[in-house]
Amino acid sequence: MTVLRLIHSAAALVSAACLTVTLWTGLHDRGVALAFGVLVTAGELTRWSDAEGRRQAAPLGAACSLAYALLGADDGRPSQHDAAQVVTVVLVATVLGAVPHIWSGHSPTADHLARRVLTVGFAAVCFQPLYNQGVFALWSGPAYALLLLTLLALTSLCGAVLAAALAHCRTRWPFGPLLREELRGLLGIGSAVCATGAVMALAVAVVGLWALPVFCLPMLLVQLSLRRYAAVRATYRQTIASLARATEIAGCTPAGHAHRVAALSQAVGRDLGLTGPELTVLEYAALMHDIGQLSLVDPVPGGATSGLPAAEQRRIALLGGAVVRQTGVDPAVAVVVERQADPYPEQPLAARIVRAVNAYEEKARDAGPEGPLRALEELRLGSAGSYAPEVVESLARVLARPRGWRGTAPAPGGGRRTGLSDPVPGWVTHG
Amino acid sequence: MDAVPARARGYVAAVAVPAVLCLLPAPAEDTSWRALGLLAALYAACEHAVRRRFGGPFYPVLLAGAFLLPPSAAALVAVPAALLSPVEHRPALLRRVWRAAQPALAVWAAARVHGALGGRDAVAGSDFPYALLPAGAAVLAFCTVLTALDGGLRAAAGPVPPRRAWRGLLARSLAPVAVHGLAGLMMAVLWRSPYGPVAALLVLLPMCVSWWVFAQYHRERAAHQATIRALVQAVDIKDGYTRGHSERVGQASVLIARELGMDDERVEMLRFAGILHDVGKLGVPTRLLRKNGPLTPEERRIIELHPEYGHEMVRGISFLGEARAAILHHHERLDGSGYPYGLAGDRIPECARIVAVADAFDAMTSTRCYSRARPVEAAVAELERCAGAHFDPRMVGALVRALRRYGWHPTVTAEEPARDTPPVQRTARTGVPR
Repeated sequence: MTVLRLIHSAAALVSAACLTVTLWTGLHDRGVALAFGVLVTAGELTRWSDAEGRRQAAPLGAACSLAYALLGADDGRPSQHDAAQVVTVVLVATVLGAVPHIWSGHSPTADHLARRVLTVGFAAVCFQPLYNQGVFALWSGPAYALLLLTLLALTSLCGAVLAAALAHCRTRWPFGPLLREELRGLLGIGSAVCATGAVMALAVAVVGLWALPVFCLPMLLVQLSLRRYAAVRATYRQTIASLARATEIAGCTPAGHAHRVAALSQAVGRDLGLTGPELTVLEYAALMHDIGQLSLVDPVPGGATSGLPAAEQRRIALLGGAVVRQTGVDPAVAVVVERQADPYPEQPLAARIVRAVNAYEEKARDAGPEGPLRALEELRLGSAGSYAPEVVESLARVLARPRGWRGTAPAPGGGRRTGLSDPVPGWVTHG
Repeated sequence: MDAVPARARGYVAAVAVPAVLCLLPAPAEDTSWRALGLLAALYAACEHAVRRRFGGPFYPVLLAGAFLLPPSAAALVAVPAALLSPVEHRPALLRRVWRAAQPALAVWAAARVHGALGGRDAVAGSDFPYALLPAGAAVLAFCTVLTALDGGLRAAAGPVPPRRAWRGLLARSLAPVAVHGLAGLMMAVLWRSPYGPVAALLVLLPMCVSWWVFAQYHRERAAHQATIRALVQAVDIKDGYTRGHSERVGQASVLIARELGMDDERVEMLRFAGILHDVGKLGVPTRLLRKNGPLTPEERRIIELHPEYGHEMVRGISFLGEARAAILHHHERLDGSGYPYGLAGDRIPECARIVAVADAFDAMTSTRCYSRARPVEAAVAELERCAGAHFDPRMVGALVRALRRYGWHPTVTAEEPARDTPPVQRTARTGVPR
């Protein structure tokens, strides 16, 4: 938590210092400041959180803030503002835009604010003092554009490190994979934000404030597309979860089993350093790992497959893989479902995780208060061939965390109702 | 697509001639060959990447060309891309000619309009907001020529009657082309600014990312629809006799909803409601579903749980909206004698009343283990007899009217017609005589 506190207090310190300086010296170029402020606020108002509720998506706000930080001229006239004013304007606009989000309590705003203040402050401090002293006068034409791009790339790198550190503090997931995930995000949406920031700064220098509405449009498009993409992804997740529930409705497995295995598998996957798409494959595979039982004539007692002979386990896994292939999900999911019963040296990592977590869930759920420990012990002893030792150790680590792995499940009451977040207490099951 | 009608060939040739005429006049003195070459290469690269990945045209570069270059040079920008980009379907030559001629003509028109309004000086002097006016006019001209040529091709080649070939084309394409036009304007302004083509290139990056995200959206949506079909197939596998039933009920529900004048969103919702109405049968033992002969009261009670199972399954899928209520209540009857809750009259959700009629109609017109298929007329008569007691007369009336207008031609896509279904299909195709 100390890192988290460090970041927050650094952001608070920067904000306070900039506010004081700006109050002392007053605002320069009020029109420009107002125009950028309005755009940043608009970008914030349309912000939303992605399916996991962690990464904040406000590409428009981010691009406008960075453009303001790197603004050197307005319609050919050198601009007057300094770094402190940049931070102040962005801070005020972001806070104004965040009011509805704070009001509805949907997303963590403090982290987002801290990130925005520190990244924009970094860019502004790198650029504005040097520009105002005329250091960049030698850089003309295309070289200046490239200079801005380089600065933006540096800023985004810092932003990625900061975001990964914040996420690490919040969730206790390992830092390396989080950073990798952030850096991968930079290649896609991050590059669009950088390009728009640079283009806006340059265009305002050439044509004045008229450039802003014109140049916002592509970013707005990106934001809309992203939003629709996020919506359809959420729906897709819900449908997969419903399909996974088919086994529970059919009485093959106990209520909530697939959901619990998926949540725990994801936590273990994170602990072992999986990221982005790999985690999605793991989640879907864990949700549907029992689907092969639908094709069985006689249901397995309690749906507990981990006690069956290996050949039978493998047969059910193959049946499940066949069903998953029909559903049109990523073929990688079907592979994981098919190979969940193979000996672990031949399995892909995701299949090892699903196998170990499923066995743990089946052994631990009805075994009373000592169940978890005994189940882990059984997994460790059975490690020769069935369960991968590194996965079992990771599972033990995850379980030892105080309610840590629950962080992967969407927060209850977070405004999103997914099939996964329903704990389904006491609903009808057949049989 | 191998057989292209002669009319279409003639049409493409007829379009190619004016396109060549646009290209022919010797480029004027002020043509910047460097800009022309760069833009053409850029357009070819974008077209190559974008068309293969996302399958759509990419106009910002073309429009930037129209804003920067004189008409004949701007038209030239479109040509190399058409000659270099891969062609998926035969005949390749005809397609290449079309892909070169259509945008070349449109860009030529746009550049003409833009130049006539003094746009190129406005761009060079970054004279805002005036520069927006010629740019807007140019985008309008570009879009008009594009859609006019497109509609002509549809009329010449396709099954579309000439009167309808142009309908709605302009309105649909104007908004996306306008966005591309703004991006093109930015490119042109930055190109002429001291920062040069490097800055102009940056404009393309957000556009490409937007395309990429959009393509991902479409991929994800397709996967989602496949998953819903898989849910339905799982039911069909269990309950072999009702193969295709779910999808036909979806189609009948859509017929009724359209007839009642519901908006598109609700109609789509009802399609899902119809398709998924029996999804709860996954929870009923296969033995009961496939049982020949009468059911004992206890077995009947177990089968009657399926609406509740179904609702339990789809409860978490928020986009289904009121379709979830339809799944829960599709066995309610108007007089309150149905299940699971014995709701009566208006207490039954509207969509459930629609699905109930569609379900009964398809059950009667398809072969079941306990009965042979009946002709559509007999099924309609039976529905009308039960209207008021079991079914909502409004829904029955809507179905009858829709059948009279369109007939009953169910198509089942989830499963290609298997060997053992012909009687169902044959009887169902009779339709209702006027």
